[in-house]
Formats: sequence, structure tokens, C-alpha cells
Amino acid sequence: MSRPVDNIVVSALRERIQRLEGTSGRGRQVLPFGVVEIDRRLPGGGLTLGSLHEVAGGGNGAIDGAAAALFSAGIAARSKGKVLWCVTRPDLFAPALAQVGLSPSRVIYVEAGDEKALLACMEEGLRHGGLGAVVGELARLSMTSSRRLQLAAESSGTMGIAIRRWRRQAEASDFGQPTASVTRWRVSVLPSAPLPVPGVGRARWLVELIRCRAGESADFEVEAPDAKGRIALPPELVHGSPEAQARRRSATG
Amino acid sequence: MAATKAQALVTNLVVMDADPAADAEALERLALWALQRYAPIVAADPPDGLVIDTTGADHLHGGEDLMLSGMVNRFFGSGIEARAAVADTWGAAHAGARFLAHPTLVIAPCAQEDIIQNLPIAALRLDPAIVHGLRVLGFNTIGEVAGVPRAPLALRFGPELGRRLDQALGKTVEPIDPVRTPDLIEVRRSFGEPIAAAETIARYTAKLVLMLCRVLEEKGLGARRVDLLFHRVDNTYQAIRAGTATPVRDAKRLTRLITDRIETIDPGFGIEIMSLTATHAEPLVASQIISSLVDEPDADVSGLIDILGNRIGARRLYRFAPVASDVPERSINRIAPMAPDEGQTWPGHWPRPVRLLVHPEPIETMALLPDHPPVSFTWRGVRRRVRRADGPERVFGEWWKRDAELVAVRDYFQVEDDAGERYWIYRAGDGEHSETGSHQWFLHGIFG
Repeated sequence: MSRPVDNIVVSALRERIQRLEGTSGRGRQVLPFGVVEIDRRLPGGGLTLGSLHEVAGGGNGAIDGAAAALFSAGIAARSKGKVLWCVTRPDLFAPALAQVGLSPSRVIYVEAGDEKALLACMEEGLRHGGLGAVVGELARLSMTSSRRLQLAAESSGTMGIAIRRWRRQAEASDFGQPTASVTRWRVSVLPSAPLPVPGVGRARWLVELIRCRAGESADFEVEAPDAKGRIALPPELVHGSPEAQARRRSATG
Repeated sequence: MAATKAQALVTNLVVMDADPAADAEALERLALWALQRYAPIVAADPPDGLVIDTTGADHLHGGEDLMLSGMVNRFFGSGIEARAAVADTWGAAHAGARFLAHPTLVIAPCAQEDIIQNLPIAALRLDPAIVHGLRVLGFNTIGEVAGVPRAPLALRFGPELGRRLDQALGKTVEPIDPVRTPDLIEVRRSFGEPIAAAETIARYTAKLVLMLCRVLEEKGLGARRVDLLFHRVDNTYQAIRAGTATPVRDAKRLTRLITDRIETIDPGFGIEIMSLTATHAEPLVASQIISSLVDEPDADVSGLIDILGNRIGARRLYRFAPVASDVPERSINRIAPMAPDEGQTWPGHWPRPVRLLVHPEPIETMALLPDHPPVSFTWRGVRRRVRRADGPERVFGEWWKRDAELVAVRDYFQVEDDAGERYWIYRAGDGEHSETGSHQWFLHGIFG
């Protein structure tokens, strides 16, 4: 990535664009992942609070949305305030969310009858402004409804996360349709971290940043959130990546 | 039958004097209870019934069927055997509850004519003398009476018969005069000229809420449930009910809750009177919420909870609280979203899946008994080879809940297939003793 140009004209232009976009105060704040490799790919160095983000599962995850839900729970756990979690199918198991740091006292579940009601509930939650994050599990997200959610999120500075979850594998192609969300992620499961003894290690995911407004797409191999909701890079990547080695060299030399 | 004759027939018969006045009073109290619980328009239907206008209230109780069975169960719990019916008209519901309900009955919209055809004439809420007279003439069912010309019958029995028939069939309206007591806080406003526009209704709603809040403040109360009733010029009622999770006296919030649902109101030819009642009020005293001594608390979300609860039903909003149980599906409990925070959580040292299937699905496996995870399993027609596995986590049945669980055992394994997908599967039984379970394998959850 190129370094930001220290030019008065450019910074003045940037400020003007930001004014035009109308995001102010909390809307411009970000929630970093705490992983340098991911954060530097995101404009502002993290997920913007007052905006809508989309997360979907890859493969079978498009139907069960398990990894996508855990990824979103990790993000929501690091936000401040209560979390509104809107579902149409009540199969979420709260103890698993507590294991990634989202304590049961913080999550309010909304069981909407259909997706239309769910979108209305999400929008209401985003407009309220007192919540840390609003998460909704839905299959269809049209341009119009996503723009409504995005505007609601911008107005209050609350982060919105749409977990895309379909009934059938064939419907997952819907994820290619454009929406107004700021970032779009796909989380697919990978074989877990190898252990020296028989057993299942810490879960690993392939997290793809498919779309990012004012940024480039990328993909990362990460380990599932810990008890505080923080994802991490697998240790062999941290020690083995060329950037890390270069940093270490420059630090010693 | 004379009381002495009854005493002769049954030993130890307890005889009590009839007390119609006390009965009517108790029925009135029951109507008030239903008013606070179910819908804004409730009235006693003496001598033995309640009539409730459930329009727009059923979805808050999970639909008409669930609402009725819940109602009947609640009455049964307090020792009253009740029957309930829902229909388009008061007359049809009255007949259905008394002659068809077993113990509940939902008459589909516009189907009341077919349903009450075959009911006896006594179902029509007529004077016993008229019922007897019709029986003498050879009429037995409502359908027979409805099928003959009205004029000769009206000449003989008066206009009452035709009126009751029309009311039951929905050809004339029958307003329900809602029950009110002096201790309910009510404010009302009459209009010289009927109003109909949504903006006008919203403006006067705001004024009424202000008046109500002033009265509530004088009494030190906060509203938990408010009803806005519209008296239309054609002598029928429309109503909006709004509930809150905590006592509220904030005029802005209450107005928002009510005006949210103005589009459900059909003003017809105009609205003459609007009356706003705090059907359920609780003490509300001022308390200090912001202080520099403590950290800034999380933002208050009770306003949002109220808005969402009124829109989709309060029981569809919940939080999960831990329960001390090892059986996964029993370890969670739904509590109200504004319930006090106990600060408890689940023990975190065992892996738990993000998605828990409501009904564990049987899978076909190849596994060594007694304590090895399966080598492969087939779920929903797809065979998966188990690459890595963890377990067993043994869960014992809770013998204090059911006798059948005295020796029951489940062995949970976390398994990972070639692609890295992780599942939570269990075997019913310990793998050695057949009394501990069927030794069948089930898939119970999906890990992220």
C-alpha cells in the first residue's frame, strides 16, 4: 500500500469529501480487529462504527451461518453497550457466544416473524443509538433495504452487521448482488490448528474481505475469536511472514 | 328441581344461595383483569361470559389459537372452567363459545354464517319466552329461522329476533361498551367536528398523552400499558394499545409508541371522542441516574424494547440466562429483556456449538464402542470422514426431573471432517449398558 501523501491539497479534498458524505463524530470512529495485517487493509484502520457490514459463510456455512455468526459475535463483543441480535430461525446457542466474550446480559434477541419485520427491527435498533451493535440474520438484502440500514447506522453511529444466511446452497449466489454495505466478508472454515495430541485445536477460518468501500479486497487465514472476541493470525504465519521477518531485521539492525 | 329433591338424590350435597349481585361483581372484576392482560375493549357479558374485542391484539399473544388456549389454561389454573371462541361478530363468538367450543374454537373470517346455521335457537341471546315460542312453531336451529321471511316473525315476536340474527351474522354492528372503573386513570377529548386525518389524530394524541402524564405525575405513577380508544361517529370503537417494559411517564416516548400504530386505525366517517387510559400503572419515583462517582452506565434501551415489543410482541424479545444444567438444551432460559442482570454466565471450559439443532438429527456412524469417536458419519445424505475428534463429554440424565432419566447418559464428541467443518455429535447411552440409552448417534450442533 502507498503511504498517504502529505499534500495540503489532497488533505483538503479529503476533508471536503468527508463533509459531503456527512459522516460525523461517532460515524467516523472505527473498531480495529487488533490484527495489523487486517486493520491496515481497512480504511481508517478498522471496521467503521456507523455503517453496515455484511458477513456470509462459505460452503455449508452459507446455510448454517455458524462461522459467520461467531465472527460477528467476536466483533460485537468488542463493541461497547448492548447488542441487538435479530433472527428469524431461533437456533443460536447462547453459551457459544459467551465463549467469545459476548456475555448473556448484553445480548437482546429479537425473533422476527419474517425478513420484512426483521429489517424493520434492525433499522429501529440502528436508529436508537444506544446500542453497541445490531446483528441481523437474513437471506435477502436488497439495495433499497441495505441503503436504509446504512443510513440509519450513519445517523446514530451504531454498527450494523448483516449475517447472510440462505435456506439452500443455490440461493447463496445472491451474495454477488450489490448492496450499500461498507464491507462484505465471507468466512469459511478450515481444518483446525494442529495439536501434538489427538483432539480438535483452535478453529481456523479463511476470512475473505470481498468488498470494501475505499479499500481493496483481501483474504486472511485467521484463528477463531478467543474469550475476549479477538481473532488472531495463526502463529506460523506471524513468525513466518516476510513482513514480520523484515520488521525483526530492521529492529535488530 | 327442588333443593330437597336434589339433596335426596345426592348425599352430602352442599346447598348455597344464589347471589346474582356478587356474581355480577366478580364478573366485572374478571373483565378488568382481562382488560389489563389482553385487549383494550373488554366487557362483562352477564350472567356467565366475557366479551373481548381482540382486533390487533392476538399477534401479541402468539396468534388466535394460542391466545385462546392460553386464556382457557389461565382460567383453569385459577379453578374456572372456561370455553372460548373467536369470530367476526360478538353474536357468533357468543354462540360458538357456548355450543361448539371444546374448549376453544376459532371461526374463520366470514365463516360464521355456515357455522352457526346448525346451532339451536338458544344460541342467539334471545329472551327464553321467544325461544320457547319459536320451538312451539317448529323451529329448532338458527338456519331454519334465518331462512323464512322476517315480517311474520317480527309481527309475532317483536324486532328483537331480527336484530339478534343480523348481529350474529354481521349485518348490523354491535358495539362493545368497554368496562371502566373509577380508579383507572383516563383522559378524554370530544370533538365538535369529527376528525379523520392521521396528522390530526397524531396531534390530539400528543395532547392527550401530555394530560395523562400530568395526572400520572400527581399520583406518582408510571404507565405500563396505555389504551387509546376512538369512538367513531357510527357508534363503534377502534383502539390502540401500547405496553412498556418499565413504568413510563415520558410524554415523548408514550406518544411515539402510540403514533407508531396510527395506520392500523380506520376512522370511517370520523372520530368523535378520543379517550386515553392508563390500563396498568405502577409506582414510579424519581431516581438519580447520572453521577460522576460511578462510570457512565450503558445507554438505556427500554425505549427501543417498548417500540419493538409493541410491533412484534413482547414475548419475541428476550435474553438468555444460564441455568445450572449439563443438558445443553436445558442450560438456557429465556428471560425478559429488561430483567435485572445477574452477572452469571456458563462455565466456559467445554466447547459449545454456535448453532444448536432444536431436534437432534439421527446420523449413521461407524464407531468403536465404548468410548471412541466415530470414524465416519452420514448426515443428511452426505458421508463425512472424521479427521479429528475430541471427547467424550459425558452428560447424565437429570433423575430429579423424570424417572426415565435415572440412568440415561449422553456422550458428546466434537468432530472435524476433512474440509474442517466441526460438528457436535452424541451417542445416546454409554456404549456398554443398554439401559443407559439406545446407542444411536445424533448430530446436535454445528461449530463455527
